[in-house]
Amino acid sequence: MINAILVIGGLAALFGLILAIAAIRFHVKSDPIVDKVDALLPQTQCGQCSYPGCRPYAEAITNGSADINQCPPGGQTTIIALADLLGKDVKPLNPENGEEQVAMVAVIDEKECIGCTLCIQACPVDAILGAAKMMHTVIAEQCTGCDLCLPPCPEDCIEMVPLAQSIDSWKWPIPESPVIRGSISK
Amino acid sequence: MSTTRARIWPFFGGIRLPGHKSESLGKTIQAHSLPQQLILPLNQHIGLSATPAVKPGDKVFKGQLIASASSSVSAPIHAPTSGTIKAITQHPTLHPSGLNAPCIVLEPDTQEQWADTIKPNAHPLQIEPETLRKLIGSAGIVGLGGAAFPTRLKLETGIENNIDTLIINAAECEPYITCDNALILERAAHIIEGIQILLRALNISRCLIGIEDEMKPAIHTLKQALTLTDETDIRLVETPTRYPAGGEKQLVKTLTGKEIPANGLPSDIGVLCHNVGTCYAVYQAIRHGIPLISRIVTVAGPGLGKACNLEVLFGTPIKDLIQLCGGYVNDKTDLLIGGPMMGYPVNSDELPIIKSCNCILVGSRSTKTEQTVMPCIRCGECVDVCPAKILPQILYWHAQAKEFDRIQDYHLFDCIECGCCDYVCPSHIPLVQYFRFAKNEIWSMEKEKLKSDQARERHEFRNQRIEKQKQAIEERRRKKKAALENKPKNLADDPKKSAILAAIERVQRKKSVADVEPKNTSNLSNAQKRQIKETDERRKNNKSE
Repeated sequence: MINAILVIGGLAALFGLILAIAAIRFHVKSDPIVDKVDALLPQTQCGQCSYPGCRPYAEAITNGSADINQCPPGGQTTIIALADLLGKDVKPLNPENGEEQVAMVAVIDEKECIGCTLCIQACPVDAILGAAKMMHTVIAEQCTGCDLCLPPCPEDCIEMVPLAQSIDSWKWPIPESPVIRGSISK
Repeated sequence: MSTTRARIWPFFGGIRLPGHKSESLGKTIQAHSLPQQLILPLNQHIGLSATPAVKPGDKVFKGQLIASASSSVSAPIHAPTSGTIKAITQHPTLHPSGLNAPCIVLEPDTQEQWADTIKPNAHPLQIEPETLRKLIGSAGIVGLGGAAFPTRLKLETGIENNIDTLIINAAECEPYITCDNALILERAAHIIEGIQILLRALNISRCLIGIEDEMKPAIHTLKQALTLTDETDIRLVETPTRYPAGGEKQLVKTLTGKEIPANGLPSDIGVLCHNVGTCYAVYQAIRHGIPLISRIVTVAGPGLGKACNLEVLFGTPIKDLIQLCGGYVNDKTDLLIGGPMMGYPVNSDELPIIKSCNCILVGSRSTKTEQTVMPCIRCGECVDVCPAKILPQILYWHAQAKEFDRIQDYHLFDCIECGCCDYVCPSHIPLVQYFRFAKNEIWSMEKEKLKSDQARERHEFRNQRIEKQKQAIEERRRKKKAALENKPKNLADDPKKSAILAAIERVQRKKSVADVEPKNTSNLSNAQKRQIKETDERRKNNKSE
């Protein structure tokens, strides 16, 4: 009896020790799920999900305080990918957060720009170039189309335009689906 | 010398197609007259666009460089004739999208004056291999079989991978296309010399020329040209006439028995593949110093007056070529760039010919497209003909469902888009278009992923910077506060302040004694007084004047 208790107790203590060492040795600082969720988000940093950027939204999804359908720039593709990752059901985009749109890019009307630097401060990805009292311009390749530079502009000289299609970005369309003949047993 | 019946390793699948070759063969290659203007897209090849080296209004000579290669994966462009640069502008180009791309517009002056940079070489085979590769690159040569991959880069990868065999693709397997065939019939000796130059540029001696066994006259001509050279390591190999025998992977398999690995290149298995048209371009560039400014284009199809092969300057609009071939048979015709199997439709005949365009087909697919697309019945015909040994039917299901992960598990990227599955499908499903769609979606997703990774990096960097700035401000504020708190109450205790106070006092003391008489005017002699008076007078006079 005593032996059995000692053996089981000893084993429990040993495994407990191993687990404790493993927990310290293989400690992961950030939540790996947050990273995975963050990798699926489009990184526009637009805040339409009501969180101040993609990573905060990823954190909110992971701890269950946000749903997976709050990202309009990502649209249905992102929702499907998130549902796939988290084992949730696919649902349509929450209309409260906005609608899925074509990719946009900000354009500054350079004649109107007074060089106030307000848009530069607003840009989450540093995609606007300029200095005080100097004309500003948008680095189109880096612009995520988040709209955040529009409200601070005192001159209303920033416009969102759909990303122009070029030969490089052109894609073959999906062919029309085959015709399903209504009555085969005619 | 060549031995005809060499051993071959036939590839899997493929189909026997009606050739329609005789329609454009049998006539000599016609040179095309100068069009009103030439439109030269900056991107006529795989890779980055060339950078313009001229500006509007410039006068250029024939063969002069007008756009230089912007990276190693790019090719320069030369003026096809002498004339004036009218503009560098957006213009629709030969592309399935029909979208605009930057082009150089050249107005010919009909003088055909060659640039003085054109230098022929009497002994091309004595040039160093490295110099040869450089010359081939600067002549703007790209693969003329259709893919338009910069030839110099291909040669360099061959050198890096120590390849031992050069394979020349003369198996023009698509129906209607005869531009390579016509080139062999008329200029076989030049092609052989081009091959010799390529062999020297690669530092190897073994070469296999793959040609379809039904191209009898071309085989005969090549054999004769080979007997005239003392070359012993160039061999002509006849391959069965079966589409797509001229596909790079299929030809390499047929000639060497080795398969190019998935996502690999021919150089991975020690071979390099070049088209006969490219060999001719290499000959022209090295022997005569003429850069790539023209190519042979087959103009054929049921909707055309008479099919023929034309030697066309790049930038010539399609409609000029069609006019020369007797014009359209009826009003409503389709235009296909490339052959009936792999070509893509375009909706305008104003588009200019570019380096990759080997054939213009007029109204040939109409019979196929009019058929109603029906659901897949899983007959498996497509699997039997697929030369890439993949499962088109499964790929089709996944492409339709947009399951882009699953589709890659079934080796979508091994598909060479030959169109065999389309051709045999009893339900007339445009399978290849589904595969192109899926490939494009996957590429675009990869691009987007790259962009979003960049955005994440930039956002994180910005957050860090703002945090740093905040800390710096806080630090400054803290220091200032500490300095204020430590400030001595009495002014005299602060050495700086006391120094300032002392200086102020000194100045005030000086000011207070400034009103006394100048000491140097007392006790003057009479002569000195007179001199002062004279000087004062003179000064007064000067002033009044």
